[in-house]
Amino acid sequence: MPRNARTNALGLSRNDYRGGKSTLCPGCGHDSISNQIIRIAYELGLEQHNVIKMSGIGCSSKTPAYFLGRAHAFNAIHGRMPSVVTGATTVNNELVAMGVSGDGDTGSIGLGQYKHLLRRNVPMVYIIENNGVYGLTKGQFSATADEGQFLKYYGDNDLPSIDLALEAIVSNCTFVGRSFSGDPGQVQALLKASIAHKGTAVLDIVSPCVTFNNAPDSTKSYPYGREHEIPLHDIDLLAPDFVEEREEIMIEDYEAGQIIDVPMHDGTIVRLKKTDRDYDPRQRVQAIQLLEEARMDNLLLTGLLYYEEPRMTLAESENLSDRPLTQLPDNMLRPPREALDKLMQSMT
Amino acid sequence: MSIAEIQQDTEFLAEERESHVNDFAFMVATKNGSGSQTSNSVLVRSLFHMGIPVNGKNLFPSNIKGLPTWYTIRVSSEGYIARRDTTEIAIAMNELTAAEDIADLPEGGVVILPQEWKWGRTRDDIIWYEIPVKETIRQFKIPSARREQVGNMVYVGVVSWLFEIPLDQVHRALSDQFRGKAGPVNMNYEVIETAWEWARDNLVKQDPYRFAPMNLTEGKILITGNEAAALGAIFGGVTFASWYPITPSTSLIDALLGYRHLRKDPENEKDTVAVIQAEDEIAAIGMVVGAGWAGARALTSTSGPGISLMSEFAGLAYIAEIPVVIWDITRMGPSTGLPTRTSQGDILFTSFLGHGDSQQVVLLPRDPAECFEFGWKSFDLADSLQTPVFVLSDLDIGMNNWMSEPFEYPDRPINRGKTLDKIGLEEFFAEKGEWYRYRDYDRDGIAWRTLPGTDHPRAAYFTRGTGHNDKGEYSERSDDWVENMERLRRKFETARTLVPAPAIETSPELRIGIVSYGSNDPAVQEARDRLRADGVDTSYLRIRALPLKPEVITFIEQHERVYVVENNFDGQMTSLIRIDMPQDNSHVESLALGDGLPMTPRFVYESILNMEQGQNAQERTY
Repeated sequence: MPRNARTNALGLSRNDYRGGKSTLCPGCGHDSISNQIIRIAYELGLEQHNVIKMSGIGCSSKTPAYFLGRAHAFNAIHGRMPSVVTGATTVNNELVAMGVSGDGDTGSIGLGQYKHLLRRNVPMVYIIENNGVYGLTKGQFSATADEGQFLKYYGDNDLPSIDLALEAIVSNCTFVGRSFSGDPGQVQALLKASIAHKGTAVLDIVSPCVTFNNAPDSTKSYPYGREHEIPLHDIDLLAPDFVEEREEIMIEDYEAGQIIDVPMHDGTIVRLKKTDRDYDPRQRVQAIQLLEEARMDNLLLTGLLYYEEPRMTLAESENLSDRPLTQLPDNMLRPPREALDKLMQSMT
Repeated sequence: MSIAEIQQDTEFLAEERESHVNDFAFMVATKNGSGSQTSNSVLVRSLFHMGIPVNGKNLFPSNIKGLPTWYTIRVSSEGYIARRDTTEIAIAMNELTAAEDIADLPEGGVVILPQEWKWGRTRDDIIWYEIPVKETIRQFKIPSARREQVGNMVYVGVVSWLFEIPLDQVHRALSDQFRGKAGPVNMNYEVIETAWEWARDNLVKQDPYRFAPMNLTEGKILITGNEAAALGAIFGGVTFASWYPITPSTSLIDALLGYRHLRKDPENEKDTVAVIQAEDEIAAIGMVVGAGWAGARALTSTSGPGISLMSEFAGLAYIAEIPVVIWDITRMGPSTGLPTRTSQGDILFTSFLGHGDSQQVVLLPRDPAECFEFGWKSFDLADSLQTPVFVLSDLDIGMNNWMSEPFEYPDRPINRGKTLDKIGLEEFFAEKGEWYRYRDYDRDGIAWRTLPGTDHPRAAYFTRGTGHNDKGEYSERSDDWVENMERLRRKFETARTLVPAPAIETSPELRIGIVSYGSNDPAVQEARDRLRADGVDTSYLRIRALPLKPEVITFIEQHERVYVVENNFDGQMTSLIRIDMPQDNSHVESLALGDGLPMTPRFVYESILNMEQGQNAQERTY
């Protein structure tokens, strides 16, 4: 794609992918994520009419109003976005679902729906804008807050935190990423990869709350993230059309074993280039071990934490027709009169 | 004839016993999980095939195996299918309840019980038949796991001989029951035949009761309300169902799974009806709301506790205006309550389900035929009104087999309501120069919606439970909020014009009116006949939907006294009526039963007679 292009493959400008003006606090990590969504949607040439923006309740859940203004959106109820997406994507398999949730919406009230969504492998991108705190209700601890943390109005948090990426892995999610809203490049790469994934892709993104949880000692703060983020790899996205061309260029820079290519369902290749440590996200036990290490040492390890060949989506395992159920003609919605007559005859 | 002259006949039973042919009831007492349901269904089906109007009511415990359970079967040559609370014949197969079962029999009643109990004849005013259950079964090689179930076929054989059910009808019923599978049909039939022969050779018929073939079930069908509802949904174009298991609604989804082969995609033989078992009722309705929003015809089926969990989503669907269909197969609450007993106790809660100001549309089927009708109509209504539609059936309709007229094919094409596709949207813009999701262009309170996936740059809108203006934009302005609520009230008035009208039979006297709804209908009908025989003429209005139609108010205004018959403890419909007619309602009396069992004609008859006599006494005083 030319660098200074004013429009993308659909002839749309980046402005066409914007939404309304954000009402979140200036500097909120969530706004940065919204901007990355706008950017990658523009770059990928996403058709907005097929995108559904889904959310629950909370600061994070307000953000679908701030990006992709030409896409349908549903701001549902607290913690229950997964079920709404399950219904919508099951009846229309052409929809690209992008869900935005927070640590309260997913980790507390919605933990049950979150786990069952993953179990069903509902095709969607599930973004958790994780700041460890309740913002709209003014600063309560969330279930992902650091153990031993102190907050102004609520004192000490003596409870261990829930790792939503780990919960995803043990719930058989096939794509789990973690990132930091202060690392836009990585957020973009993971967003693009997750859209190419067939099934639920979870992105747990540390997204600092500048008002209630931004002290440097909080693992959910900007200062902490900027100083401590450890990317597990650099991520390149090779679009289906560019695979061969790009391959030649990239391979030269890296020795064998330093590159892991993960092919996505749509032909996209997610290329993971080694940084400091050897990490293969295709090993589930290794992924769990990694998160245990991160927990023990308070490390912000980011990148593609876990990936496996996706199993069937919910609609596939239910053996549903390939065409969207919402587009069936009337004669497929109502069996003919003879069918009823025959049934009635058999019951007399 | 004045009320004073009426001779009250509380000896309901005496009248019923005038005829001993095709006019009595019997009760089968067994242990839950023993397989007796199969035997009882075979008896009901045999009688149905003989052309005799019959009902079967399963009064069962919340238990998998072991607790006492009763099944009552009533035949009526006059065609009455209401439950009777007395029976002439007891088939006592549960030793734990036998003493009570026998004590409850009227004088001249009949008891059939196992010989091996050596019970002794504890009453001399009833007729005793002791039958060899164990001994009969011992003659057959039956796997021990099946022994108890097949053992229940012994009483089927004895009843067939004693009360004259032809064995070929029993065989046909067995074949229906086991869908023609030769193995189980033959095994059970051999037992029945052996028991029949034993009865012929060893029993002396001492009672006057018997069945005789009639032709009153010709053309009719025998089906449960839940099966009918599922079938209605199939013919109504359901494409998505989500649910969480709960008695007594589970069999509706089971039936949907059973019938969805009628809606295979002809191109690939795959399903076009998604049926998803959710992790709880919140998720079930959440999925249905998501599906309805995306353009599916979506339903969930539940019962009281599930309705409680669904209330937040019901409020969201109401304010975000999303079509969904919610079946409540009502059981007795509050809380776990009596989970295997029937009631009409959710009507008040459901009609306002959701916090804040929400009024829901509710359909009230009386029997399987209306379950079928509302099964498809509910989708048209939900799409037309863009709102949740609740269908309140109950355990009695849902799980018991009812004699029913065959179902009528939908008399109108599918109505998707005000939905704009790409072309529709272009035309809308061409005509109006704009389109806003919640703007009331037609002044009927119903706005035009688009579906996700509509390929038009201005098709999208933002769906939310938060305050919004008519453009669908977030708004906390009071005037936007009030304007939206006023439109929703207009929509509710439109709903009033669209919901099914009540069924009305008016007596020229216009003195006494009965108002009722749902599964009470057979009991009310029979009670009216008895009241009429006693010289008390009544009018009858059966409510079929909420909001209440103007006809309901007119009917109540027309009559001197109105009795609202319902099967809950608090008289909930009476409360709803009082809300809609706050003045001049002092002549509205609540007759609420609410004991967990299907409504009886006796309750309606005796209550009205007592009230009328009290009324009469009062009139004389003045």
